[in-house]
Amino acid sequence: MLHDTGLIFTRDMKLSLRNPTWLLIGIMQPLLYLFLFGPLMVTVVRNTPGFPSDDAWTVLTPALIVQTALFSGSFAGVGLLTEYRVGVVDRFRGTPASRSALLFGKVLAQAAQATAQSALIVVVTLLVFDLNAPVSGMLLSLLIAAVLAITLSSGSYALALILKSEAAFPSLMNMVLLPLLLLSGVLLPVTRELAPAWLYNLARINPLTHIVDAERAAFRGDLQATGLLTGCLILLLMTVLALVWGTRTFQKENA
Amino acid sequence: MSHSEEYTVGPLRGPSQEPSAHEGDPMITVRGLARQFALRGRTVDAVKGIDFDVAAGELVGFLGPNGAGKTTTLRMLTTLLRPTGGTATVGGCDLLTDPQGVRRRIGYVAQGGSTWPESRVGEEIELQARLYGLSRSEARRRGALLAEQLDLAGLDQRPAKTLSGGQRRRLDIALGLVHEPALVFLDEPTTGLDPQSRANLWDHVRRMRAEQGMTVFLTTHYLDEADALCDRILVTDHGTIVAQGTPDELKARVAGDTITIEVSDRPTEAADAAQQLPGAHEVTITDDTVRLRVPHGDAALPELLRVLDRQGITMTSVKVNRPTLDDVFLSLTGRCLRDDEAAPPALEATHAA
Repeated sequence: MLHDTGLIFTRDMKLSLRNPTWLLIGIMQPLLYLFLFGPLMVTVVRNTPGFPSDDAWTVLTPALIVQTALFSGSFAGVGLLTEYRVGVVDRFRGTPASRSALLFGKVLAQAAQATAQSALIVVVTLLVFDLNAPVSGMLLSLLIAAVLAITLSSGSYALALILKSEAAFPSLMNMVLLPLLLLSGVLLPVTRELAPAWLYNLARINPLTHIVDAERAAFRGDLQATGLLTGCLILLLMTVLALVWGTRTFQKENA
Repeated sequence: MSHSEEYTVGPLRGPSQEPSAHEGDPMITVRGLARQFALRGRTVDAVKGIDFDVAAGELVGFLGPNGAGKTTTLRMLTTLLRPTGGTATVGGCDLLTDPQGVRRRIGYVAQGGSTWPESRVGEEIELQARLYGLSRSEARRRGALLAEQLDLAGLDQRPAKTLSGGQRRRLDIALGLVHEPALVFLDEPTTGLDPQSRANLWDHVRRMRAEQGMTVFLTTHYLDEADALCDRILVTDHGTIVAQGTPDELKARVAGDTITIEVSDRPTEAADAAQQLPGAHEVTITDDTVRLRVPHGDAALPELLRVLDRQGITMTSVKVNRPTLDDVFLSLTGRCLRDDEAAPPALEATHAA
């Protein structure tokens, strides 16, 4: 299985490196947020109590990393559906290659791409803006982004194979992602001080909130924070569930 | 799923060097194979419990119109779709209990193609070979050999999207043969190709089969393809097999040759005379044209000409046609093979008679 996972991972990486527009398109949105929204955030954070940190960049950058991993992971299924349409998926499934490896190889390639994108965001923020975060925290945040990408792409692949519609899948994703994103406090943290109680409670139910909290704790260098531990545990639980779902779907014979 | 899809990584994974089926043993045995689909709350029987065997080394065609259940059957036999009924043994392995064994022994060339537009020819072949457990060097060696055999040499750095239709189809076939399977499934191998590429592809299939002794099972909705390529044909329609045999056996089922004569006058008398020929049947008249079937058209023709001449009936043309697979299909299913083309009216008249 490792052998086949490696083959599929290498294939997907080779194809994306040959056409690196995915990398640029993927970080276009976070870069726009950094340049056009970041400066506003600096003033807002300075004048408003209730933010997890008084440094806007340690609030915004980790959130943008989560957002990037969220988008690239969730839309991974679109690529799979294209491969399905042209017959590549069936060709691989006709070989004795492990079905799980067909999933794992793709999922790991997604993780590698999300990590590269996240690293680019961090580098730009470090070079251009006044980001002040410990190296260990930044590395941890990249790891979280990688695991988040594994989780979301696995779920995305499973859902795509079940829906099997190149038209319906992206619409469904857009419908789900926006509320999920707003409720996770990516742009403005949904803290007790800033949000009305009902919104705060709603955000707490959203697993993504805890992952954003964990990323922010890592960027603050607050490795003792309960938010970091909670976020990581929730993420790992989601990862296990998503991989089980993905593996099961890939193993179904008519998937 | 009731069975595990995992398997051990090891030398066992390679293409089966041991003969997977003994000489004369059936390469494919299908019993009661069925597949139902639920479509908008209705149950559709795509394949309705079919039985057939394919012997090792045979080239068998699965002939039927679009929607007859050909691809569904092929997807079941290649482990991509789970049957809802029946059993099958493919390459000596049980389809339901040992799908991994089946996958190792077969090659599959899907109908719509199988290449990623951005991938290069060489890397597609190499990856496919390595998914079958071949080493990198063996994968490259096989790839180069196949490229040579299938007229793809020199294209290994080309992205698949830049290939012509014929080249892309040959690449699909190369991908299906990269592990030297004893049995290969070709789903509509020449659909969408121009006549020249089709003929070229037929040559390739014939040659690879002759050189490697492969068993080939292909689906087609082209009569000429089945006729030109196959040892044996399974005629399928509406999810069942309506007839099987060699092309000649199937043609013999349509009782005899067709004689078509055009007369300048008195077609009714000409038809009466024709009716007297030994074995004549299905005599029809359309305007000035008389059409009939006789067991041996070439033998019956001189007699018919003599009789008509004696009665002073002037003929403007005479034609003898050997039965075609088209006639076979029509007589078996009551419709023409290409469902998008209407049957010629004259033929319909013959069969209405």
